[in-house]
This record gives sequence, structure tokens and C-alpha cells, in this order.
Amino acid sequence: MIPQFPVLSLIVLIPIGAAVVIWLLPKEARTAARVTAATAMGICLLLALLMYIGYNAEVNTPESDLYALANGGYAFDSDGLPNTFRFVEQYTWVEALGIQYKLGVDGISAPMVLLTALAGFTGVLISWGIEESTREFMGFFMLLVSGVFGVFVALDLFLLFFFYEFAIFPMYILIATWGWKVTREYAAMKLTLYILVGSIIALVGVLVMYFVAGDFFVQNPDLLPEGARAYSFDFEHIQLASMHGAFNVDGYAGIDGFTLAKFWFPVIFLGFGVLAGVFPFHNWSPDGHVAAPTAVSMIHAGVLMKLGAYSALRLGVQLLPEGARIHLPWIILLTLVNVVYGAFIAFRQRDFKYVIGFSSVSHMGLVSMGFATMNLTGMTGAGLQMFSHGAMTALFFACVGMVYDRAHTRDIPSLGGMARRMPLVAVAFILGGLVSMGMPGFSGFVAELPIYLGLWHGTGVSLSLGGAAALTNYYPWIAIVGAVSIVVTAAYVMRVVHLVFFGKFDENKYHLVGDVTPIDKAALIILAVALLILGVQPLVMAPMVQSSMAPIVAALGGM
Amino acid sequence: MFAPVPEGGASEQLFLGGMVRHDTLAQIFRSMILLAAAITCLISADVPRVGRRGDYYAIIIAATLGMCLMSAASDLIMVLIALETTSISLYLLVGFLRGDAKSAEAGVKYFLFGAFSSAVLLYGLSLLYGFAGQTNIYGLSGALAAAGLEPGHVLLVLVMVLVGFGFKVSAVPFHFWTPDVYEGAPTPITAFISVGSKAASFALLLRFFLAVFPTYEEYWVVVIAVLATFTMTLGNLLALVQRNIKRMLAYSSIAQAGYALIGVAAVAADNSLGSGAVVFYMFMYTLTNLAAFTIVILVERVTGGDQIADLAGLHQRAPRLALAMFLALLSLGGIPPLAGFAGKLFLFSAAVDAGLVWLAMVGVINALVSLYYYLVVAKVMYVDQPAHADKAIAVSRPYVYSLVVTVVGMVLLGTIFIGPWLNWSTSAASGLF
Repeated sequence: MIPQFPVLSLIVLIPIGAAVVIWLLPKEARTAARVTAATAMGICLLLALLMYIGYNAEVNTPESDLYALANGGYAFDSDGLPNTFRFVEQYTWVEALGIQYKLGVDGISAPMVLLTALAGFTGVLISWGIEESTREFMGFFMLLVSGVFGVFVALDLFLLFFFYEFAIFPMYILIATWGWKVTREYAAMKLTLYILVGSIIALVGVLVMYFVAGDFFVQNPDLLPEGARAYSFDFEHIQLASMHGAFNVDGYAGIDGFTLAKFWFPVIFLGFGVLAGVFPFHNWSPDGHVAAPTAVSMIHAGVLMKLGAYSALRLGVQLLPEGARIHLPWIILLTLVNVVYGAFIAFRQRDFKYVIGFSSVSHMGLVSMGFATMNLTGMTGAGLQMFSHGAMTALFFACVGMVYDRAHTRDIPSLGGMARRMPLVAVAFILGGLVSMGMPGFSGFVAELPIYLGLWHGTGVSLSLGGAAALTNYYPWIAIVGAVSIVVTAAYVMRVVHLVFFGKFDENKYHLVGDVTPIDKAALIILAVALLILGVQPLVMAPMVQSSMAPIVAALGGM
Repeated sequence: MFAPVPEGGASEQLFLGGMVRHDTLAQIFRSMILLAAAITCLISADVPRVGRRGDYYAIIIAATLGMCLMSAASDLIMVLIALETTSISLYLLVGFLRGDAKSAEAGVKYFLFGAFSSAVLLYGLSLLYGFAGQTNIYGLSGALAAAGLEPGHVLLVLVMVLVGFGFKVSAVPFHFWTPDVYEGAPTPITAFISVGSKAASFALLLRFFLAVFPTYEEYWVVVIAVLATFTMTLGNLLALVQRNIKRMLAYSSIAQAGYALIGVAAVAADNSLGSGAVVFYMFMYTLTNLAAFTIVILVERVTGGDQIADLAGLHQRAPRLALAMFLALLSLGGIPPLAGFAGKLFLFSAAVDAGLVWLAMVGVINALVSLYYYLVVAKVMYVDQPAHADKAIAVSRPYVYSLVVTVVGMVLLGTIFIGPWLNWSTSAASGLF
């Protein structure tokens, strides 16, 4: 058997290698550092595209398992688990505890890997002008990207946490050292602590799942796949235990009517939800985004917040469907606050970058809301929204960074007429704005429409809390209230476009403002094209996301 | 040291009339201690009034001998002899800078606290001998059971022994000496105490409690869990407000001992994960703390100060040193890809496995608190402007060796060597039961 080409390992390890190379360069070699980083990211982007196309090809092959999953059928592997993971690489890492180096992607993570590669590559391009310790900046940036890639492709829970925490420390240094001087220290610390507190509390929940799953397999050795250890951090192993009901045993922690799933789901979901900006834990996000240097804001809002949403979906919803059914109906109210409140707050900001920061809070609320619909339409929309919002926000922050670098202010009322000097930035920003408003023909529409449709259909599962208090289906009301945000979004986007890019250009004040460099333009065009492709031809992504969401929805008992 | 460990349990592994036991636990802790001693000697080389003194190194060797014996001691008499050999040598080393008021104060303080806790420990051990009528710790458990004692009496002994060991690992409330001694002692000795002495004491603690009190687990698990909680929490909270890097590392080392105690508390679960995790953790802690102190010494020599503010702008003056220090701090804080992450994760796993989920929660919250002050130091190094940006920091050969060994060790132990190292640690622990 020919060993498979380790595409995912390469995607994760190339940036680390690049970081080492960059650090070994002499201090003055700024251009060499930039070129190395750009090359590494370029290779990653290429590999991610190949991986994506490979996965998509299978989704579109009529007799394949993924095709069946994407079209309402079911396909299971020999253990009875949905057969969605591809490009799997597996090596034993720590035998004694059942820790593997196991990588793989499914239809949810494949778009995320592509998004990370896009944001990473364009992030390097945007940072071309950084002169202060370029070498260190690029090195840490590479480590950050590598950690993010790692989380999306990790199929072992230990490995997932490893990369999750790994991504945080370069971010701290990047923000604290190269960020906006006024708030960087405060914001970097706040962000790091917020994110860590969520993730490590979730970690305890995962450890509990690990031991309970292990105990379950010890008691039911016949369910254990051949040759496997009872105790394992392997994602599919724990998923198997979950499928056989290991987490739904009544009387957890000695309390009647309590199960592990019910107890730990909110901890895990909201723990990761901190990084996804779920209200009331969203507070770090605008501060963090504003303080970060442009490229880091792009990765941060564009990709890192998805890391939280993705992990909440993987470890929360997918492993503890029983808990999701109980808790998501109230968590959706938090996400509603995100969506509407975030949009209103964005509307009344004076600082250009804060507008985008709060718009991220609002849009990420839609992702969590999509998860909470618990039906296939809504969850597929959430998966698409993760990609769409990622590329859109990266584009937004790139535009903001370009304006700020030239005008040296982000105060919206004192800017004006920037479209005259940097027409392409204005076009890119307007395009991002249209995506943000959910205009048909742009990716935002493709993503948000299914979310609202899913809400309108209501939850696929019955909304009863343990039989005691049966609730009426209030999801359509949430759709109605949530839709207010679309109007507010349009308002704040147009306000910014009007005040910053059009209107009177102050010749005296901004005589130094010139057009952006060709490298900047390339970055904007790459992101804009990604948004347009998804908007015009959603079939390049929707079936793929659907193929992997379908088994999750099935486990939730929805349709 | 690397003589193969005889097969066949305690009876085959006891030497010198049952005084010491040569098992994997002793072996792994001995490698830790010898590594710590070697690096201590390396990083002493350029320290004024210390580095060129023969007697200084001779006392380090005596202390190392004591620590090695501590990790292998299997008889009450040997326990005491080893402890005293270590302690007396360390008292001398702490007060080695004659004429320096802080060093002298630290020496006296360490001596007084040490003598007091040794006395309590000795009293506990003599009671134990009185109850059981023998001194070999592998015979004590059976003899105690045969004597049919009331649990209250055994508990009294347990607490007394814990006072002695608690002092050595600087667990709260026996930690008062730690910050002053760490601040006053010559910095290489601070490093040595913080890792060598602590590692040896954990070896002794694990061996002693598992051998002597296996039937009284329900008591000591609670006692140690509470001790761990207080040690972690107080250590971390006090570390938050420190301005002196050595005092901060002192409180951090108190907190680190608290994490390791989580593993000791979890040992009761009758699996080797708890003690394996402690062993792994101590190894990672040894490497990490030595790396941190190496940099503290280097910076101290150039700036003449040991305040956190003296590290300002280290990133601009010596980017590689700053990176090494940053990695050490992250490892202490438990961030991958450094060994601290795996170490903490194993400890918390052990706690969850033992049903101590609350203790694991306390641990993770504490890990978060600790990260704050580690990151503050990182911030000072990376963001703040140095006072003398042009003054380069010379790093001589011994320090380069020390840093390379510790930093590479930290990274390897946190990535590809997790597996083999955990196996070694777990096998060390499984010999205890």
C-alpha cells in the first residue's frame, strides 16, 4: 500500500518550519522573512485548495458515501459511525493514555482549512509593510496560523486542545507587541485570559468524557472496535461511545434525571463559545480586534472565532447531542442578543475598527444561532456562514487597516472621501458590506438565508424540558426579531461607506494619503473573489457542509 | 545510576540492609536531581563570589548526595539522614554570600524553619517506630495494621510527617520561608532548591505515603487535596503582586508544588496515572525552572537587579534569551507545545479519574491565574523599553549549554517524547504499589 500523501500534516507543519527558518535569518533580512512567510502560506493555500477540491469531488461523485450523506441518505463505516472524515493520518503518540496524532477533515472543517489558508496568505501580504521586528512578527504569525490549522484538522481531542492553546500564545505576543499602542496590553491580556478560561474549563469536561467513555468500553468490550484501547482521546472513539449512549446514563453525579450530557454540554459549548463571541462572553472580541495589528485582526476575527464555534460544534453538539437538545433552546436566546445587540452597538461606534469588531459579534451570533436551530437547513447555513463571515471580516479588517495606515486615524466623522485616493479599497469594502447585509449574489445571502429558514421551520426536535414544561415553538419569533439585525447591518455598513469612503475629501489634512500597494490589492482581490464565488455558485460548498451536518442533525433527532 | 533495576518487587530491590531501594522511581528522580545539580554548577560559573569557590561546589555535591538518597530511602533512619544531609548543605549554600545581609538572613530563616519542621518530622517518625516496632517503611504498613491502632493515632503521625515534607516542597501553610530564601540565596542555589530539593521531596512523599499509609487513603487523600488547593491558590495569588522576579518564581514554585500535590491526591484511585503524572510533572518543572533561573542570572549580572522591571526590553537586547524565557514561562503556565501542557493535563486527568473533578477545576482556574503573571513578565520583555538598549548581554559557554539542554528538553518533552517519558514515569510509579 502506498502511504497516502500527508497533505494535512504538511499544512500544519509547513508554517512551523517557516517560523524556524525565519527566526534563523539575520535580523536585517526583512524581505527574506516576508518572502519566506508568503511562500509558506502560498504552499499551504495551494495544498488546502487541493484538499478542498479532492473532498468536493467525492461529494459530487454519485456512488460515494459523502454524496449519499449530502443528499438525504446515510452512510456508515464498519463501527456505525458516519463516514465523513477524509485524508486521515493516524500515528500513535502516547500509547499509555490513548493519545494519537490523528488528522482528518470532514465537510465542516475542509472549508475552515481553506479559509485559514486564505486569511493566512492575505494576512502576510497585508503585513508586508511592517518594519518593526519583521522577523519576529512573521515567525509568530506563522505559529499562530499553524495552531489554527491544527485545531481544524485534529481528530484527537488531546491534539485539538494542544493546537487550541498553542494558537493563543503567539497571538498574545502579536497583539501586545505590534498592536495599537493605546490598548494593546490591556486587550491582549483580556483576550488571552477570556479565551483560556473558556477552553480549559471545557477541557475538564472533555477529560470527564474521556474517562466515562473508557469506563463504558471496559464494561461493554463487545462494542469496542477491534484492537482499540478502551480509553482513548480519539474523536471517533468517543463519538462511538456517545452513539451507544455512554453519556446518557441517568443519575450522573448522584442526581436523578441528570446525565453527563446534560451537565457538561453547557460547560463545553459555552466554554468554546467564549471564543465564538457568544453573549455575554463576547466582551473581549471588539477590544481584541481593535488592538490587534491588521493581519492578526484578520486571522482573529476571520478564523479564530470560527475555532470556537467549530470546537463547540465538534465537542459539544456532536459528542453530546442529548445535552444539545436540552440546552440549545435557551442558548439560542443568548445568540439572539449577539445578533441584534451586536448590530446596534456597531451602528453607534465612532471608531471604524470597532464597527467591524461589533459586526463580528453580530455575525458570529448567527453561526451559533444556526447551530441552535438543530435542523439541517439551519446548521448548513451556520457552516456556510463560518466561511462567508471569515472571508468577509478578513476583507473588512484589511480595508480598515489600509485606511488607518494611510490616514492615521480611524475616527469615522473625521475621515471622508477615501474612495478618491484608494478606489479599490472602497470597492472591496462595499463588496464586504453587501456580503454583510446578505445581498443575493454574495456569500452572505447563501449563508444567512438558510439560517433564517431553519429558524422559521423551528427546531427539528421537540422543545420540552424533561416533560415538565412543554414550550411552544418560539423559533419563528426568534427569526423575526433576528431579522431586525439585517436592517441595522445595512444601516451601519452604509453609514461607514458614506462617511469614510465618500463625502468630502480633506485635501489639507490627508494630502499624504495615497493609493494602496499592488501587494495590498492582490490580498483584497483574493478575498473578494472567494466571497463572490461562494455567492454566485453556492454548490461549491453547500453540499459539502451538508454531508457532514446531516449525521449531526440525525444524532440530534432532527431532520 | 543506570544499573538495571532488579525484577521482583521490594524484596529484590532493597540494598544496604533495607536502607535504600533501587527501583525505577529512584532512578528517574535521581536523573532529575543529577541533571539539576549539573546545571546548577554550570550556571554558577560566572556568578561573583560563588562561581570560583571550590567549597561551594563541594557542598553542592553533598546536597546532591542527600537528595539522591532521599529519592531512594526506604528506611525511617535513612529518610532522616538523607533529609538532614540535604538540608544542612542547603542551609550553608543559602547563606553562602557572607557579608550580604539578605543571604545571611535567608540562611538563618531557612535553618530555623527547617530545624523546626525536621523536629516535627522526627517526632512523627519516632511515634511511627513506637507503634510498629520497626523502621523499614515497607514493613511498617503491615506492622501498623497488625498493631490494631485507632485511626486517630495514625492520623496524628500522618500530619506530623506531612509537616516535614510540606516544608520541603513548600506547601501552604509551611511555605513562609520560600520567598525570602529564594530572594536572598545566590541565584543558582535558588534554582537548585526550587527543583532538586523539591523533586527529591516529592519522591520521598510518594514512596512514603504509598508504602506506609495505603490503608488510610481516605484520610490522606482529603488532607492532600485540601493542601493542594490552598498551596496552588495562595501561591498564585501572592505571585500576582510580586515585583521581584525571584520572589515571583518563589510563589510560582509554591503553586507548582500545589499542582503536583493534585497528582499525589489522585494516587488513591489505584492506578498509576496519578503518581506517573507527578513524576512527569516534576521532570518538566525541573527543566523549565532551571531555564528560567538561567536567564534570571544572566540578566541579573548585566543589570545588577533582580526586579521584573529589569527584564524590560530583553527582546530587543537579546531576542534569543527573551524567547527562551518566554518559552519557560509558557511551560510553567501550561501552554503547548511545551512540556508544561502535557504535565498539567496528566495531573488534571488523574484528578478526574480519581473522582476529584472539583480539584481539577480548582487546578485549571489556578493555571489561568498563573498565566496572568507569567504573561506580565512576557509583556515586560517584549513590549517595555529597556533602560540601556545598547548594553548587550554576554552569554558565556556554560550558560549556552544550560539553556540549550533545558529549552530543547522542554520542547521535546512537550511533543514527541511525551509517550516514552510518560511510560517511564508510569513504570516508576507502578513499582510503588
